[in-house]
Amino acid sequence: MSKASSQNRSNPTALPARITSGLAGLWRNWPLLLACMLVLLPVAAVMVVAFSASDNSLWPDLLRYTLPNAAWNTLLLLAGVGLLTSIIGVGTAWVISQHDFPGRNLLDWMLVLPLALPTYITAYVYVEYLSFQGPFQTLLRATFGFRSLRDYWFPDVRSTAGAIFVMGLVLYPYVYLTTRALFAMQSACIIESARTLGANRKRQFWSVALPMARPALAAGLTLALLEALNDIGATSYLGVQTLTLSIYTTWLSRGSLAGAAQIACVLMLLVAALISFETWARRQQRYTLSVRKPRIVSRTPLAGRAGWAALAVCALPVLLGFVLPAGWLLVDLVQRRATLFTFELAKQLAATLALASGGTALAMILGLGVMLCVRFGRESWLPSAKRVASLGYALPGTVLALGLVLPLALLDNAISSLWQSLTGRAAGLILIGSGAAVVLAYGVRFLSIAIGGYDSGLSRVSTRVDDAARALGASQREVSRTIHWPLARRAIAAGGLLVFIDCMKELPATLLLRPLNVETLATVVYGHASRGSFEDGAAAALLIVLAGLYPVYRMARAGDDPR
Amino acid sequence: MLEMHFRRRFAALSLLGLIVFPAGAFAQQVNVYTTREPTLLNPVLEAFTKDTGIKVNSVFLKDGLLERVQAEGAASPADVMIMVDAARLISAAAAGATQPITTDMVSKTVPAALRDPANQWTALTVRSRIVYASRDRVAQNAITYEELADPKWKGRICIRSGQNDYNNSLFGAVVARSGEAATETWLRGFKANLARKAAGGDRDVAKDIQAGLCDIGVANTYYLGLMLNREPERKAWADAVKPLQTTFADGGTHANVSGAAIARNAPNKTQANALIAYMLGEKAQALYANGNFEYPVNASVAGSETVRLFGAIKADDVSLDAIARSRKAAANLVDKVGFDN
Repeated sequence: MSKASSQNRSNPTALPARITSGLAGLWRNWPLLLACMLVLLPVAAVMVVAFSASDNSLWPDLLRYTLPNAAWNTLLLLAGVGLLTSIIGVGTAWVISQHDFPGRNLLDWMLVLPLALPTYITAYVYVEYLSFQGPFQTLLRATFGFRSLRDYWFPDVRSTAGAIFVMGLVLYPYVYLTTRALFAMQSACIIESARTLGANRKRQFWSVALPMARPALAAGLTLALLEALNDIGATSYLGVQTLTLSIYTTWLSRGSLAGAAQIACVLMLLVAALISFETWARRQQRYTLSVRKPRIVSRTPLAGRAGWAALAVCALPVLLGFVLPAGWLLVDLVQRRATLFTFELAKQLAATLALASGGTALAMILGLGVMLCVRFGRESWLPSAKRVASLGYALPGTVLALGLVLPLALLDNAISSLWQSLTGRAAGLILIGSGAAVVLAYGVRFLSIAIGGYDSGLSRVSTRVDDAARALGASQREVSRTIHWPLARRAIAAGGLLVFIDCMKELPATLLLRPLNVETLATVVYGHASRGSFEDGAAAALLIVLAGLYPVYRMARAGDDPR
Repeated sequence: MLEMHFRRRFAALSLLGLIVFPAGAFAQQVNVYTTREPTLLNPVLEAFTKDTGIKVNSVFLKDGLLERVQAEGAASPADVMIMVDAARLISAAAAGATQPITTDMVSKTVPAALRDPANQWTALTVRSRIVYASRDRVAQNAITYEELADPKWKGRICIRSGQNDYNNSLFGAVVARSGEAATETWLRGFKANLARKAAGGDRDVAKDIQAGLCDIGVANTYYLGLMLNREPERKAWADAVKPLQTTFADGGTHANVSGAAIARNAPNKTQANALIAYMLGEKAQALYANGNFEYPVNASVAGSETVRLFGAIKADDVSLDAIARSRKAAANLVDKVGFDN
């Protein structure tokens, strides 16, 4: 390839050769193109709907009254969530990766647990906890002798600040996971050099570790911010009118799907900006490990008060983000003597696991294709195509689901009528009716997380190693099998587990695209929550958490061992 | 290792097959797409299957039911669409996604105001949106919606987001009755009276009244029934409030419906009609309406004891159709006055 293209470059008149080599480039990278096509399918459908608008009379009002306020709220939310997840995520990652203290090994993986809870569940639970009737205010009144809310002031969770608090608690693990891996591994030599040069711990963190962690922080932060941006459940309950919510009100209350699609397109631009920012933050930063065996930075033992302080710092997010909300669900369940496990729930659990497995498999296979193309290809458009393949995560779930239902149903109808003309019998909806639509939605939505897993795994392997192996006569396949896979498999597995957990929690696409008679745990929880009695879904919510425990445990462990 | 991995994955896939294709043992079936939560609907559907032998397949969808049915087009399995909120039923009919319901149970049991003139949809239950008030701190037993903007309630009212469907419908009714300008003035006054951010849910109104955060609030009637009868942990909230008789100054109480329509491409039309007829019958009306403390549409069915406590509802005379048409304006006004800020 490189030989042919360099000849072409030197001879611009050899157009046919350039075209054939371009086509060959496309052909060679078909897995990447397939992934891009799948991701662009819903995006294109949303754009078609947006441009089909016959009536644009909505826009003056939207621009004057709705969008400025929604944009401001969204910015505020993103800034707050970004700050909070960074502080918690980076802080705990630093403490965990650099120090030994009582409880460290347990907290190391427990810090990921808040991710196992759907955001809106945590939001509901906090509204309960911190309400007038909740335990905190009851205690407060008992202590100070207050009688009603007129006697004292207490912050209301139903506010932008409350939403930032809740989302920060649920989403910081994204930042924790990415930065911890980096602190633990890649900076080992440098941090230790800094230590020997006499930099104190503060200086090691601010001048050495943090700047180096910037790409990891950007990666984790992007995931967290996209989750916050696309959230519907928690923001609507807590009364934060975000841009994503304005898509809903435009679609449902103003009765304009086209107008909603137009706002969604604007939002996509915002996200594109966010992702470009991430790329910018990662600019000129290729941290690959040295060819020698990577190792874990030696951890400083913390004894006495410092040890307890480290324990407190790391236990607090787990306590607030996981123990309190999950505990509330459990206590509620016990109090009402509800059965945790019924046949119905077992069926729903099975459906959840099956769909999540399918979605994870699809995302990981697509991600593998993307990664191999980008790693081995030389075409200049590959990085941009990879970014396109990551766009699925950028769409609000319902917009993605709507964008998928249109083309998939079209395809289903084509298959159905083809089948009917061949056999004379109606086939029904194959894709939607079989659950394949949900699996496809998961694959598209979480492909970026899968790619992130491959990325962080392979970033440990310098391309110089590839080149050396190739020079020694190894084929691409051999390089992948004998070098990439052994070195990257843990990070890749961690990516896969994160995709799995996200699939289990996924709501909007599951809700809209699943077949008749299929409920997943997330849809059951939502079914109860949308009646305003989410405690009836406590058992299902706890099952999501339980089913996520093992993946979380494995995922957190995956970062520990460099082999 | 790898082989085992694949075997496990294969097992997962076959499991999916089992879940997705539960081969029908029933000769007849009907497919239901619903925005009504399964807990409320399933008892009725189960009773229907028991009484008629017709199997019901259902899927609970929320927003996007209409879009899915439309996209599925000719091959759609949807027979009956059960939706909360008349505006949804009306827009489904307007989009041509429905066909006339042919069972005569509709004309026999449902008042004309609660169904489509061409029978494209019918209401199944009615719910009204009223004012809850503190038993201790509010003396009056009746209130008008207009009064919510009266400065005497300054800092004393709780309500959920103005963009929520229930409020969008109520505000739409105000627009339909008195026009946009008057509604804007009313909304500004209302907003000025709020004790807290417009957020949370309808139950939170009772909760916050109990807490002393506000004295009155706007919520649907049935939440009171649910808290009093089904939710012991929230009974105290409900006990702290009383339902006020709430009307427009020169009209009735704002009510909305849950209802049903038959999908245009329904493969099981007969069974679809049978299901709707069944749901309008006395047994199902008692189950369906009283399971959630709504008003039955079938006049021969008495509401539950709790529902009767709310008093007979004097429905407002603005049509559901007019309200549906005003909702866009209501949504715009809510943002214009910054109701949710």
